[in-house]
Amino acid sequence: MSSMLKKAAVVSIPTVRQALIRSNPVLANALLAKRSYNSKGGVEMTVRDALNSALEEEMIADEKVYLLGEEVGQYNGAYKVSKGLLDKFGPKRVIDTPITESGFCGLAVGSAFAGLKPVCEFMTWNFAMQAIDQIVNSAAKTHYMSGGNVDCPITFRGPNGAASGVAAQHSQCFAAWYGSVPGLKVVSPWNSEDAKGLLKAAIRDPNPVVVLENELMYGISFPMSEAALSKDFVVEIGKAKIEKEGSDITIVAHSRSVGFALEAAELLEKQGVCKAEVINLRSIRPLDIDTIIKSVKKTNRLVTVEGGWPQYGVGSEICAQIMESEAFDHLDAPVVRVTGADIPTPYAANLESFAFPDTEVIARVVQRTLNKKIGA
Amino acid sequence: MLSSQKINLSKIAAKAITPLSFRTFASSAVARNVSINLHQGSFESYNCDAPSLEVNISKEELVRMYKSMVVMRRMEMASDGLYKAKLIRGFCHLCTGQEAVAVGMETALTAEDKIITAYRCHGFTYMRGGSITSILAELLGRKAGISGGKGGSMHMFTPNFYGGNGIVGAQVPLGAGISFAQKYLGNKAATFSLYGDGASNQGQVFEAYNMAKLWELPSVFVCENNRYGMGTAANRSSANTSYFKRGDYIPGLKVNGMDVLAVHQAVAYAKEWTVSGKGPLLLEMETYRYGGHSMSDPGTTYRTREEIQHMRSNNDPITGLKQRLLEFNVITEDEMKAIDKAARVEVDQAVEEAKASPEPDVDQLFTQIYQKEAGVKSLRGREPEETHYY
Repeated sequence: MSSMLKKAAVVSIPTVRQALIRSNPVLANALLAKRSYNSKGGVEMTVRDALNSALEEEMIADEKVYLLGEEVGQYNGAYKVSKGLLDKFGPKRVIDTPITESGFCGLAVGSAFAGLKPVCEFMTWNFAMQAIDQIVNSAAKTHYMSGGNVDCPITFRGPNGAASGVAAQHSQCFAAWYGSVPGLKVVSPWNSEDAKGLLKAAIRDPNPVVVLENELMYGISFPMSEAALSKDFVVEIGKAKIEKEGSDITIVAHSRSVGFALEAAELLEKQGVCKAEVINLRSIRPLDIDTIIKSVKKTNRLVTVEGGWPQYGVGSEICAQIMESEAFDHLDAPVVRVTGADIPTPYAANLESFAFPDTEVIARVVQRTLNKKIGA
Repeated sequence: MLSSQKINLSKIAAKAITPLSFRTFASSAVARNVSINLHQGSFESYNCDAPSLEVNISKEELVRMYKSMVVMRRMEMASDGLYKAKLIRGFCHLCTGQEAVAVGMETALTAEDKIITAYRCHGFTYMRGGSITSILAELLGRKAGISGGKGGSMHMFTPNFYGGNGIVGAQVPLGAGISFAQKYLGNKAATFSLYGDGASNQGQVFEAYNMAKLWELPSVFVCENNRYGMGTAANRSSANTSYFKRGDYIPGLKVNGMDVLAVHQAVAYAKEWTVSGKGPLLLEMETYRYGGHSMSDPGTTYRTREEIQHMRSNNDPITGLKQRLLEFNVITEDEMKAIDKAARVEVDQAVEEAKASPEPDVDQLFTQIYQKEAGVKSLRGREPEETHYY
């Protein structure tokens, strides 16, 4: 863990948006006019509070669920996701660990083998690289290697992907890393309903589940439906959600990129360019390729969006699976991936703004894809 | 209070596990107890008192110790033969010479106590209830294997034995986690995490020490010091070869790991230590492997044949116990010979049973990746048409 992060546990405002205001004020104004997503219900909740309520509800429901990680207890969480849980559940079930990722991750996995349901928080997923052996080799594979004799009902969670101004070692997406591992399930929530429902599903799942949250989303409020406020609410792992229906092109995204994809879709619709269908993946593994295939068969065009690196990424996998499916015959244009740039994340704000996808880039690529025709 | 974990018990193929009643070492015949004095120097302690050198133990238990070690050695000899006959693939690490550690531990523990180790795991699997047939069948990659043929030599599990782990050192924090669960669930039992002198230098071993002491977990860290991590002698890998002192703030005990009674005594002491709430303890078992690190290692390039021969002649755990059995009139030489013969027959029969087992059904390729494959609709094979649908 970085010493810097220990101190800087404050969530920053996305700089990408500010960069956009500088680079394209017209587009920025169009976007900033619309700040809330799929507004239906009256109750709003931040992603942080949604995660917190998921943890609290599942800890109430099952005494075997416990939370461990760095600063999760007395400090109330480096990003305040676990705020108040120590007071509610005590130090037996909310455990501050030393800075020792490999050790406490292995300890958590061992306790899952022996019948507990740990929620293992990594202050960020960057630090989980210290522990990736325990996640991949111990958690994901032991059920199979033991011929089904050993179970591992564990949840690994923490913020993933790009953050603001924290440079290369603290700004990267691990969806492709964990998404490639059989034995793991991997989810990537975007809004508050996703966050609550997926985390609760992860904790209840009898398998090891990686929950890739996003620091820049923690402080953002989203409407919560009445159903989502219930303690029984879960989001099924392995199911994507169509956030916006459309007929002309499919945009598939996960995590924070879903918001940019929706903004781009709304912008293009407002401009009369197209009606784009936006799919929120929610789950990286299992990947709900059926929903994507169905959408592509309707729209005949596909753009994928993610914050991770392009090579061997989530978008690459979707492209490959589309190529292998009947949806390939329905494509009117080549699939295009919008991804993080193939670089270590730069620190300077102007450089950083070019390192990750935003609304403008998505809108541009969608328009270009609409103008392409296979064979033309 | 939460019940102790039972989830795994029902899942293990009944055939693979010998009934626990057979495995119970506790004696009912108190009158048949003998009192044996261990050699001076059996223990060396660090920040704790050494256990008593006087071992009170039943004759039945002594006989079972002998029988277990003989069977274990036979089983490993059979594995050696099967490997050389090219019936066992990949890695295979034998525990010949180190039998006293697994056997002496088991006699001091109950089924509530847990053990986890690295890849030299056949002996522990046997002592923790795995049948000889199921172990050999696993080595052969057969359906009757204890892991259904999916784990192989390094990955064998029973309800109170967590493997069988292939990554050097990674089992140590896992073991700390198992003891964490014991404490969390209020079980009065301990977890013994074994690792070698080579693994002792992995960073995560020290991470596990720290948390175990910090949270006073009923964790016993057991370094099986067989003098060589693969081909690297302990003093070429470790700045401090007093492995029992490397817990710093955790007390430790060095044990003559070639004497099954010393191991038994130390493990009983360690269990009492941890379960009574004194926190973790380190044990260093001074032991010796007669063979190479694995089957590809002849084991003679980094040590002399004389050294191996010397250990076999002077420190062999089976010979050592044999002498005691005779000295205390526990059984006669003829009875011992009968045990040796029965062990050979039992292992030979298990070899035939294991060989007779078919290979795993091909549809097992895609099972047990996820528990009940919950929520997973399909997994891809080598090409799209090999995709497996649940």
